[in-house]
Amino acid sequence: MTNDIEPIKDPGLPAHVHRKADSDPIAAARAERQVAILFGLSAVGTLLLIYSYIFVKNDKFIFIPIIGETGAQQLGIGMGMAIALFCIGAGAIHWAKTLMPDEEVIAQRHEFRSDDEDRAEFVKTVKAGASAAGLGRRPLIKRSLGLALGLSGLTPLLLLRDLGPLPKDNLQKTSWKAGMRLVTDPGDRPIRPEDLEVGAVAQTLPQLAPGEERTLNNIGKDAVLLIRLRPEEFNLTAERLSWTHEGIIAFSKICSHMGCAVALYEQQTKHLLCPCHQSTFDVTRAAKVIFGPAARPLPQLNITVDAEGFLVARTPFTEPIGPSFWERSS
Amino acid sequence: MIFALFTIGTTFQVASAVNNDTTTVAARSATVDEGKQLFLKGCSSCHGINAEGGGIAPSLIGVGAASVDFQVGTGRMPLENMSAQAMRKPPIYNAAQVNALATYVASLAPGPAVPTDAVLNYERDGSIAQGGQLFRTNCAMCHNFAAQGGALTQGKYAPTLMGVEPKYIYEALITGPQSMPVFSDKTITPAEKLSIIKWIKSTEAEPQLAGSSLGRVGPVTEGLLVWTLGIGLLIGVAVWLAMKAK
Repeated sequence: MTNDIEPIKDPGLPAHVHRKADSDPIAAARAERQVAILFGLSAVGTLLLIYSYIFVKNDKFIFIPIIGETGAQQLGIGMGMAIALFCIGAGAIHWAKTLMPDEEVIAQRHEFRSDDEDRAEFVKTVKAGASAAGLGRRPLIKRSLGLALGLSGLTPLLLLRDLGPLPKDNLQKTSWKAGMRLVTDPGDRPIRPEDLEVGAVAQTLPQLAPGEERTLNNIGKDAVLLIRLRPEEFNLTAERLSWTHEGIIAFSKICSHMGCAVALYEQQTKHLLCPCHQSTFDVTRAAKVIFGPAARPLPQLNITVDAEGFLVARTPFTEPIGPSFWERSS
Repeated sequence: MIFALFTIGTTFQVASAVNNDTTTVAARSATVDEGKQLFLKGCSSCHGINAEGGGIAPSLIGVGAASVDFQVGTGRMPLENMSAQAMRKPPIYNAAQVNALATYVASLAPGPAVPTDAVLNYERDGSIAQGGQLFRTNCAMCHNFAAQGGALTQGKYAPTLMGVEPKYIYEALITGPQSMPVFSDKTITPAEKLSIIKWIKSTEAEPQLAGSSLGRVGPVTEGLLVWTLGIGLLIGVAVWLAMKAK
């Protein structure tokens, strides 16, 4: 009994199938016409582009079904360019597929290694060049070149400094300080508790000292949402309840998940919704997360009124606002 | 046309301003009576005989004429069914009946009044730039940056503001209908409210400059188009490229 297994034979290439256009001159002429039509269409597209750019006024509007009224110039330029580029490509592919030679050709790979004679010749040339340049004889040039190249290598290392400086306590703190008034954003007007009806909201920022300027950085950190509820609707700890004022509660608007502005307030359900990832916070329970990816409640701002009856922050935020970061304590 | 819209909704207010006191009082009490009859027939089964509210509907005492004018004038009330949100539909009551209902509810307790067209002159008193700034801070998160509307939780949504009459936008701001919070006159002054309206109206009139705006809702429809039509086209081309010619 023999154990020999028939080795699988190399099946070789399948027989070449000729295309219709290879044998039938009528089919070949048809394919040629089709390619020419595509290239012709491309030319028409370019002409449309040029015509739209030069002759169509940019305040002209035309009606296109489905799309509706739309600016004619931009539409002409866009459609013209799309037709021009697409038809060049489509024509070239059709040409290559139907008319260009499609016989399979096998090109043999050759060895990568150069032959010994060439390699010896190369080594000789390099050595001759090096001795002619006189690197060995002129140490000053050699060393100064080494210094220049070595130092230039430091440049990318130096640019790493731009990854800094470290944020220090910028992530921990906002501009809010004890006694700072809450002012409307935009408008910068201080707010009295009686200005807000039950069910009202107000977007606020800390009041600036005279001469101080509001930067986008500050707005991005300091934005606070004021919401007024009926005081009996709150379900808060005694401490957090004391942070509210006559039913007005204040939260940082910066989501504790990714830092989007959380301000979709549903008056009936008392839910605050973040538009980015649908984190939902329950206002009556100190912005407890009831849905979505946020890990923590929105930080609550401790508010009261000052001697003139305007709403002020009693203390700064007691925790960092916004998303998590490595050094965050909680 | 906008003028006509204002007048329809606010006939009573204008009339009461020009009439002398005695006829105003008489006309007013007649309207209150008419409103009460309409209320008893159409609204009291949910909102209670005295508008005190019930298990499924809130009390209307103190909501003001503006709230009634908004809810009934836009057809949101009477409610069609108990879905997540009352949506805009052709109004059941005509302008005079809406006015009567609003006057009756306003007579129960003071509340925000329907703004007159003198107040609503947003073309004169509003500023588009200021309105845009206010809109982006206060409205855009729910109603979309181009006022096209957007989704809230559990089937609720912020409706589009395209084509909404200035009066109803103003009333929504001062009364906070359904999920929408109230925007008090001290935090967003009446002049600032008009700026918001002017900005919305300018956005409404903005033309499509090149092709379809895809509903102006940003990456949602744009992404959908690219992922279906765009990638579909690429797959089609790839298949054609790899196909052997006959």
